Amino acid sequence: MADLKVNLCGFDLKNPIIMASGTFGFGKEYGEIYDVSLLGGISSKGLTFDKRQGNDGLRVYETPSGMMNSVGLENPGVKGFIENELKDFSKIDTCRIVNLGGNCEDDYIEGAKLLSDEDFDIIELNISCPNVKYGGMAFGIKSEVARDIVRSVREVCKKTLIVKLSPNAEDIVEMAKVCEEEGADGVSLVNTFKAMAIDIKNKKPVFDNITAGLSGPAIKPIALRMVYEVSKSVNIPVVGMGGIMCAEDVIEFIMAGATCVQIGTANFVDPKIGEKIIEDLKYYMNQNGINSLDEIRGII
Amino acid sequence: MDYKVVENYYVGDNIYYIKIEGKFNAKMGQFYMLRAWDNFPLLSRPISIFEVEENYISFLYKVVGKGTEIISKLREYDYIKLEGPYGNGFEKVKGKIALVGGGVGIAPLYMVAKELENCDAYLGFNEEEIMLDIFSKECENVFTTKGSTFITDILDVEKYDYIMVCGPTPMMKKILDMANETRTRVQVSLENHMACGVGACLVCTCKTHSGNKKTCKDGPVFWGEDVIL
Repeated sequence: MADLKVNLCGFDLKNPIIMASGTFGFGKEYGEIYDVSLLGGISSKGLTFDKRQGNDGLRVYETPSGMMNSVGLENPGVKGFIENELKDFSKIDTCRIVNLGGNCEDDYIEGAKLLSDEDFDIIELNISCPNVKYGGMAFGIKSEVARDIVRSVREVCKKTLIVKLSPNAEDIVEMAKVCEEEGADGVSLVNTFKAMAIDIKNKKPVFDNITAGLSGPAIKPIALRMVYEVSKSVNIPVVGMGGIMCAEDVIEFIMAGATCVQIGTANFVDPKIGEKIIEDLKYYMNQNGINSLDEIRGII
Repeated sequence: MDYKVVENYYVGDNIYYIKIEGKFNAKMGQFYMLRAWDNFPLLSRPISIFEVEENYISFLYKVVGKGTEIISKLREYDYIKLEGPYGNGFEKVKGKIALVGGGVGIAPLYMVAKELENCDAYLGFNEEEIMLDIFSKECENVFTTKGSTFITDILDVEKYDYIMVCGPTPMMKKILDMANETRTRVQVSLENHMACGVGACLVCTCKTHSGNKKTCKDGPVFWGEDVIL
């Protein structure tokens, strides 16, 4: 019988399936549809120190094999999360990850300080959101800028720290190495790709921000390559993500070296996709004589 | 879940009607996420419920893109996936009610007409008038306009205690402005691009006087005085 358990930075996960930030709220919405405690983990909606209203205009647009979003980190802020969401979020019996973004270095530092004593497992530092004007991805492009942020947050953060990387980084392998050097316990990759669409009828960009983040199956091969390259270059766990839609995709990311994976856009295709992928993964492993994911991790 | 299509046909004004077999328990104003394909297009389509019967559910939908085009080609015995019901739905009220729908916006109002007393229907169309006979059975009066005459031109807001509205944003905005001058309360059913349908992704956020709300989860129906259009 296949054992789906994985260990992520010292945390025993029931399986390698984590729901990606921004696609799963704080878990309660999908909790009305199925038992989300069966998931390996949940990464919360991205938080910033102050509450954010998010972007104006259209926020979602479909593309061939993908979708673009421009939510702009709408969130209740770190304090709002602690006051109103954390109680329920903490009760979910799975690995609980809080995704933390920011507009400036102080936002990250103060946010990490406030969150450090709260009841959840891991902070995922988001230096990769392409949909905010200040901060976000700006910290995830140049390795030396990322170094400062990770170092500053590491100094104040008592939690296990994973850094979420942008595929738009100048050099994603270098970026991951910098995170490792500065004390990150793991890296997760990749966030959405900076992309663009034009409304040719009205002769203007589809999104008010002009660019938006592309996700979904369209980005999977590129994300997989990045996970492969980063996995070979660092000694900390790599959480893989980018267009994972099914159990076979999960196997690919594990073979490329990922410790576990995050599922994002697929939640919008099938609200019960987490439950389905876990079952399919078990079946795949049993059919193929894989007893543990350790047997295939990084074999490529 | 997969359900069997019973009927699916064009009714006019670029609007289609689909009837699906199954047991459904939904409130007026709620919606389902529909998809009749595997992976692509990626997103399901949020469609308001038109009618729930003992063994069937039906929807009115307008073909606007790839997804609705695929749905429009389904035939009897084909299968379609439905997730839901989602959203809050219209609040039950008592009094004299005007149901105001523009185009495919008439869809969620039919369940209201069936469930609530004292309804008049105001239905506005672009080219063809549709569903008049069905609304006539449930409403005391049915008024229609088409083309360049707007349904808001013939609506006397003061005659009503409540107005339920669904349709183009300028139409809803006009009614809110008109009702602002009277004691009439308005419930608006908003339409927005959605991804998850359950309130997790925040792509369908709308603005209200109490901050951002999720059209899919907090709505799609809002009290007119709350919403900012």
